[in-house]
Amino acid sequence: MKTTIANETVYFGTGSGQAGSEAPSIVFLHGAGFDHSVWVMPARYFARHGFQAVAPDLPGHGRSSGAPLETIESIADWLTQLIRVLCGGKATLVGHSMGSLVALDCASRHGDLVDAIVLLGTSAPMPVGPPLLDAARDGDHAAIDMANTWSHSSAGSLGMAGNPGMSNLYSGERWLERCSSEAYYADLAACNAYDGELHVEQTPSLIIAGTADRMTPARQGGRVADALDSAETVLLPGCGHSMLSEQPNQVLDALAEFIMRR
Amino acid sequence: MSEDHKPKHSGPRPTGFDTLTLHAGQAPDPATGARATPIYQSASFVFPDSDYAAGLFNIERAGHVYSRLSNPTNAVLEERMAALDHGVGAIVTASGQAAMHLAVVTLMGAGDHIVASRSLYGGTHNLLEYTLSRFGISTTFVDPRDVDAFAAAIQPSTKLLFGEILGNPGLEVLNVPAVAAVAHGHGLPLLVDATFATPYLCRPIELGADLVMHSATKFLSGHGVVIGGVLIDGGTFDWEASGRFPTLTEPYEGFHNLVFAEEFGPQAFITRARKEGIRDFGACMAPMTAFQILQGLETLPLRMRRHVENTMMVVAFLRDQPLVEGLVYPGLDDHPDHALAEELLPEGAGAVFSFTLQGGREAGRVFIESLKLFSHLANIGDAKSLVIHPASTTHHRMDAASLAAAGIGEGMVRVSVGLEDPADLIADLKTGLRAVEKMSKK
Repeated sequence: MKTTIANETVYFGTGSGQAGSEAPSIVFLHGAGFDHSVWVMPARYFARHGFQAVAPDLPGHGRSSGAPLETIESIADWLTQLIRVLCGGKATLVGHSMGSLVALDCASRHGDLVDAIVLLGTSAPMPVGPPLLDAARDGDHAAIDMANTWSHSSAGSLGMAGNPGMSNLYSGERWLERCSSEAYYADLAACNAYDGELHVEQTPSLIIAGTADRMTPARQGGRVADALDSAETVLLPGCGHSMLSEQPNQVLDALAEFIMRR
Repeated sequence: MSEDHKPKHSGPRPTGFDTLTLHAGQAPDPATGARATPIYQSASFVFPDSDYAAGLFNIERAGHVYSRLSNPTNAVLEERMAALDHGVGAIVTASGQAAMHLAVVTLMGAGDHIVASRSLYGGTHNLLEYTLSRFGISTTFVDPRDVDAFAAAIQPSTKLLFGEILGNPGLEVLNVPAVAAVAHGHGLPLLVDATFATPYLCRPIELGADLVMHSATKFLSGHGVVIGGVLIDGGTFDWEASGRFPTLTEPYEGFHNLVFAEEFGPQAFITRARKEGIRDFGACMAPMTAFQILQGLETLPLRMRRHVENTMMVVAFLRDQPLVEGLVYPGLDDHPDHALAEELLPEGAGAVFSFTLQGGREAGRVFIESLKLFSHLANIGDAKSLVIHPASTTHHRMDAASLAAAGIGEGMVRVSVGLEDPADLIADLKTGLRAVEKMSKK
């Protein structure tokens, strides 16, 4: 479905649910270089369970128009408009990787718009290594190779996808190849520049971390949890950074348990 | 430092092909520790509760419901083939023909059109020329060497370009990058049958193809004990930008108005193929078959290297024989596609070749019936060497004009070279040639 924010088209997935309902909203925020479609399974689950699922393509990604936003703060500010337009002014934010920083920053500066946050594969700050950043700046495919390889556990890169018949590695590669090199670099640079100063108080929080995550190691997720008030943590044994493809059912179970009990 | 001398960025080293043939898609079984892939010989799978079941049916959860749709043993083979061919996903099927059919019916319906190479496996030619046309899907056949002919045959209703990486039995090398460019220039995907090459010799998705299919009965298995196929989605084609594929870009009533391209991104095609094509047409693979193909796949690199080595020795012998004319093998420098073969199949041009014996159809019969090691049968890609007379077997439904257009002579013999001692294979061929020589002196 589509809406308009700041004169730009915003596409968002709904998990085959209805948009604009009075149901409690969950906004799913994708990571660097991805789009809404990585959230298809949880979006469909929560849409069937009475929630309004909103999985936007961030500006300049997927089907959304406009230039990619260059800082986590600017994406979070854009998100506040989305929450007001589509979610009745309040939503639970679920973010993966870069999306987790957007959720954190939104909760930090616009806490009145946020019911709860769920951070998957998170770290704050989230430094990006110079080789990856430089390759992305130059539009070199090596940037995709680096991020995609490091985003999978050793088992996940060989296969064993939760989704029968799918290749974790090549699915990840194709997603990143669909993103413009401009947007991919902007995302990585935004992650790298985020200062990670956390000011989130009294927002129910869940951290989902993979013990085999090489991009945002579980200990970094633990530090984020320590810095938040009453954050809960779910560790996914053996799971890499691409947890939505490596362990989709375990991610869904953690999300459902946290969100449905609220 | 000038721009020209800037060091290139380099990513991590990918897992090697030989390693993937052994490990992709499978780890020791967490329940039992079994190192080999277990055979999940079960039609269906228990749901923990009703909500979990609903989640599986509604594509909220990953898992198995019913073995026509997916099966854990099949999933290992699917992931392994996706990894080897660099695809986002794969579906294994009851046969190579079923894989071809699954690709077609996922993309199109009555009134649509295919542009295909005219040098195809006879069964595929039947499917396209006679059977699919009965259901309203027509095909225009073109010379696989004529890239412009692919472009010229495209109609407003065209949905797919198709060819075999090595034509059957003419062994024309499909110029995948060039044909893919034609396809993409018209907003169309390219499907390549890579059965003769396997991903060890050629990965068409890397060369620009969007979809790949194999008859897994052949080199992928190597043992010749099962029938199976596999369809792999490269995840590279932009179905929405094309605007020609309502099955992927418009709501599907058969799944609560799901729009596959919107919800599944690069996995749209393979997801629709599983949620509709395998579900409704039902040409699934048995898990025992998947297990047997996996056993073969583990030695694919070793076998393909030996297949190519043996083939080069056998063709080197045959090309010097006075009774042999018109030996067709892209690995030889006199083949019209030799340079293209070296570019697209640098590890070798496969293990299938054809030649024509002086003496026509009768010479072919005498030769084949005199062989002891080479088995006379309708297959290729076995560990054992095979031989057949296409005009009277695999391509017997084609009329003389179609045979000629496909480069099949009356006396043509097709050979699939196996893994035997090459000296024994050459000795067997000498026996056959002596029999033809005796026949010609009578």
